[in-house]
Amino acid sequence: MTPTQWDLPPELCCRPMAFVALTGLDVVYNAVHRAIWDAFCVNRRADRVPISFKVLPGDHEYPKCRTKRTSYEWYIPKGILKTSWMNKHLNMVPALVVLFYELDWDEVQWKEKQLECATKVEIVRTSLQGRNTKVAVVLIQKKTPLPPGEDVMASERAGALCNACDLSGKFLFVLPHTDHLVGYIIRLENAFYEHAQTYYHNEIRRVKSHKEFLNKTTHQLLFVRHQFKIAFFSELKQDTQNALKHYKSAYGLVHELRAHETNILEIKTLAGFINYKICRLCFQHNTPLDAIAQFRKHIDLCKKKIGSAELAFEHAAWMSKQFQSFGDLFDEAIKLGLTAIQTQNPGFYYQQAAHYAQERKRQAVQLCGSPELSTGCPPPDPLDTPTAVLDFYGQRAWRQGHQSIDPPDPEKEKRGILGLQGKEREVPHSELIIALLSNAVAQFKKYKCPRMKGHLMVQMGEEYYHTKDYAKALKLLDYVMCDYRTERWWNLLTSILSTALRCSYLMAQVKDYVAYGMELVGRASSLPEDQKSRIEKNLFKVLMKEVPEAEPDCDPAAVRAAHALWSERAAQAAEDEVMVEAQDCVPFVQCKARFLHPSFHLDVPVQLHIFLRADCPHPVHFSKLCVSLSNQDYNQYCCVSEGSSESQGLCLLPGQTHMFAFRFVARTEDVGKKIEITGVDLILGRESERCVFLNWRGGGGDTASAHEALQASRSFKRRDRLPEQQVDWDTVTIQASTMIISRVPRISVQLLHSPPALSNEMYCMTITIQSLEDTVAQDVKLTAGLKPGQDANLTQTTHVTLDGSEACDDSHPALLPDIDVGDLQPQEKVEKPLYIRCSTTGSRIFLVHVAYTMNACIEGKDIVCKCHKDETVTIETVIPFEVAVKFMSTKFEHLDRVFVDVPFLLMTDILSSSPWPLHLLSSRLQLAPSMAAVDQPQCQVEHVVLQTGESASECFCLTCPPAPHGGSTAASGQYIISWRRDSENVPVVSSVIPLPHVALETIPLYIHADLPSFGRVRESLPVRYHIQNRTGLVQEVEMSVEPSDAFMFSGLKQVRFRILPGEEQQMLYNFYPLTAGYQSLPLLSIELLRLPRLSTQLLQRFLPSRIFVKPQGRLGDDASIAAA
Amino acid sequence: MAVCIAVVAKENYPLYIRSVPSENELKFHYTVHTSLDVVEEKVSAVGKVLVDQRELYLGLLYPTEDYKVYGYVTNSKVKFVIVVESSNTSLRDNEIRSMFRKLHNSFTDVMCNPFYNPGDLIQSKAFDSVVSSMMVQAC
Repeated sequence: MTPTQWDLPPELCCRPMAFVALTGLDVVYNAVHRAIWDAFCVNRRADRVPISFKVLPGDHEYPKCRTKRTSYEWYIPKGILKTSWMNKHLNMVPALVVLFYELDWDEVQWKEKQLECATKVEIVRTSLQGRNTKVAVVLIQKKTPLPPGEDVMASERAGALCNACDLSGKFLFVLPHTDHLVGYIIRLENAFYEHAQTYYHNEIRRVKSHKEFLNKTTHQLLFVRHQFKIAFFSELKQDTQNALKHYKSAYGLVHELRAHETNILEIKTLAGFINYKICRLCFQHNTPLDAIAQFRKHIDLCKKKIGSAELAFEHAAWMSKQFQSFGDLFDEAIKLGLTAIQTQNPGFYYQQAAHYAQERKRQAVQLCGSPELSTGCPPPDPLDTPTAVLDFYGQRAWRQGHQSIDPPDPEKEKRGILGLQGKEREVPHSELIIALLSNAVAQFKKYKCPRMKGHLMVQMGEEYYHTKDYAKALKLLDYVMCDYRTERWWNLLTSILSTALRCSYLMAQVKDYVAYGMELVGRASSLPEDQKSRIEKNLFKVLMKEVPEAEPDCDPAAVRAAHALWSERAAQAAEDEVMVEAQDCVPFVQCKARFLHPSFHLDVPVQLHIFLRADCPHPVHFSKLCVSLSNQDYNQYCCVSEGSSESQGLCLLPGQTHMFAFRFVARTEDVGKKIEITGVDLILGRESERCVFLNWRGGGGDTASAHEALQASRSFKRRDRLPEQQVDWDTVTIQASTMIISRVPRISVQLLHSPPALSNEMYCMTITIQSLEDTVAQDVKLTAGLKPGQDANLTQTTHVTLDGSEACDDSHPALLPDIDVGDLQPQEKVEKPLYIRCSTTGSRIFLVHVAYTMNACIEGKDIVCKCHKDETVTIETVIPFEVAVKFMSTKFEHLDRVFVDVPFLLMTDILSSSPWPLHLLSSRLQLAPSMAAVDQPQCQVEHVVLQTGESASECFCLTCPPAPHGGSTAASGQYIISWRRDSENVPVVSSVIPLPHVALETIPLYIHADLPSFGRVRESLPVRYHIQNRTGLVQEVEMSVEPSDAFMFSGLKQVRFRILPGEEQQMLYNFYPLTAGYQSLPLLSIELLRLPRLSTQLLQRFLPSRIFVKPQGRLGDDASIAAA
Repeated sequence: MAVCIAVVAKENYPLYIRSVPSENELKFHYTVHTSLDVVEEKVSAVGKVLVDQRELYLGLLYPTEDYKVYGYVTNSKVKFVIVVESSNTSLRDNEIRSMFRKLHNSFTDVMCNPFYNPGDLIQSKAFDSVVSSMMVQAC
């Protein structure tokens, strides 16, 4: 874009840098010079001093210096700031001119060279006459210089050269052209920079010195000018603090100027410049709040300074530029690290700039519409100036330098204004507005303002509409429309839709036109009724392939073009089928689809209602309504179209709810599946013309309906009573899917059993199946057993069988599937006993599943219905009895260990814990090889019936043979009980109870006694003690019998003897009982001399301690007893 | 006095918007709608700290060249927005606060009406007159 009148001049926007001119360098043909120049200006990093270098020829003409004014007394300034001034000091008047000259100290022709150099310096000096610019000389030398003071010739010749050239020593430099060129150059430019700063410092002092000559009445403009110049020089000097100070005072002074219509533009232009500089410096000093405050102040001061009413657009243009350039500054500062926030970011300034650009456009249209402008301005053009540029910023071309209140020539003034207005007409306003808006959009996107962004995009769309770029307009509007729709700002949506409708009308886009029209006619639109009616009629025209009427406020020429486009579209048969997705908008017809129930039995027809309601002002005819279901086979049953039998209802009256009912019979294979409505299509228009498919996905509903349904459900509003067969729209809820479930079984399943089950028993459950159907139930299948899906361990420990003859084992399954029962006639009954064996306790769920098929006829369709009935029952399993096992000595004393080859007793106690009587059929002892029965063990509990809590005991006499491996414990074996519940029809089961292991010990000496079972008073009682040596050694035994009151005895009272290994010693005693009753036998004490720890007490346990002594009998007694 | 007063539902759709009839109504709709950006940002920023002690008054949302937009959020996340002209310097923060308080009280009355269904557009005459009392009188 070419710079316009309002763009800020580039010399204002750049960063001022000290200007240093380099002469005497031939950068084109001399490689050394080229290298020096490159070192100055190529790849300048930010840490180098800010200087702008320029190579100029030695005889360059610098701008002439005007003769200095000695008095301001009769001087009247013509303007505030000359347009050429900034550029002059940035690029034309150097702060320092540097002359490069190739000269070594040991030059042979020194004199000649020195003279040539002096001449060159003089030429430059002459050209700079009147300026304070200093000249410096740099000698390019081939040799590396010696350290200062060592080279006598050098210092001598340097002095001579300085004299010849009239130079101060500080302005003579030597540049050895050696390896370290860049290093030397950096040192050089630092020196230059210092000189430049001195120059600008002097310039500032020079400008300041004018001040005393000025007076407030005639030189007001100069006050501003001088402050600006001081500030600008300070910037060149890189003294930004002072620059800011002087810009600020310049800003204050510019507003003190007397403003009138002829100079208001100049004042505003300069105010804008100075404001720009201040804001820029504030951002540079990292005081963004100061910048913002200054800008606000600036806008507040200038907002009302509109100036000439005929040129009001100029003020808007200027304002727009102010905001835009501040936005640019702000944005630049952000790029350099400033953080902005949501409520204070450049977007607001761009937005405001766009706002003024819109204002400018509006005013331009208003002011520049006069017919005399259309012919263009008659020559001479009042806007032409002799030099093609203005002398002062912000002045009028036809009266430059004019500073009084009234224009010098009213005629000229009028022509000038007309010329400006004519020029304004050519400005591409919309382009400017769109560019600013898109800048703002980018900013608001960054600072999380989605709605602001949307609003600006709408404005952009509208601007595109005004520039007749309808496609872009539509794209933008369509993009933001859905945000307004989902947030339910209907007024805004309506406004956007109206613009979009106009765009689509002017482009003859059938699909968009229909979609926007449908929404504008519907309930989301806040258009008045007559507008809706107009749009609806247009929609019908489009459906009939006619050309719709123009939208209001359209350009007549565009309407003519659109008319032609529409006719063309109709002829081409393009876009004859249009699809509109209802869930992306709020169309004028609402739809709700519902299955009457959330589930249907297979033998009942599925019923589906479609409710439609039109929100538009006129009745809507449609040609077809079809429902798509997840199983497409049913679609044929859910369709009404024109021409079918019930077609009289294909017209929707505004505001009424219309219902369309469909029914169909579900298929057998859909049992257990969901049928969903995938979509509802309403076809408007005829296929021969143009048709619109209005499609609702799922069970109806559009963008707005979810919220409406929610509100309706919350509402307490009383519903109006509606006539018969009419429903209130709000009460209809969507039911978009239904389950097809199997027919209700008419069969009874009864379970007969007596819980709880006992573990390991064959638990009998009688299943009674009775058909309650009216016809034959075919193919009845029974599945019974453990319900799947429980703990996996239960499957391992549960077994079922139908065979009640014997106990089942692990090979039987937990669930018996599909037991064929055959057909069941009506009322027929079948009984099946099921035997369950649970090997662990706990509760289990058992399933009894009866399935059968039926033939049924529904609405003339024969279908096969599969029915099934499930019964579940939870059965607890408990243990039937507990078995306690004890080891005892033959004296019924408890044993915690047994001795090898010493008989002992094994006692079992069976304690019934079953709630039902238990029948013990038999028991058996299965002994381990480490045990042997003393005699043939016999079952002692055969056919015993135990009630709850009763117990049965058995006793077996066993011995342990010596363990072959000398183990310390002995396995006992198993105890097997055959039992069943005390009823006849269950098989007997055997429970195996493992017997505990018992500690086994050997004893060195075993003693047992032979004695009669009783004695008689005063009758001899012979007792023989057997003492066995069970060790491999000869044992010496000391044995004594202690005296007893109850007995006299004969035999060895105390004896010591030896027993050979494995041998036995018998001791015979004759006891003579003295008293009757239970008497303690005389105590036998035995001691082994080799094994003193073997106590008498241990041996005592093997011996009987007491005996029953009968009283002395009479002889006759026996005879009398025998007689009796 | 306000030039536009709006009540916006928790779901950010307008429950009530009144603006001075002299100006473009649509412009105020956009102003209120765009101010929701700032309201949401402020509410979510505060929401993280202390929900209970949150101040309902959000203060100046954002200044435009011509208008100042103030916001207020009830505990049930219903938003009130008041737009005043930038040139109207007589209104201090305190006055704006009391306007919001008045509006909130009147809104509470509307909510207490058993015939009002929360979420529906506000059509109460009492609320209307409270709003009217706070609006710039069109002359």
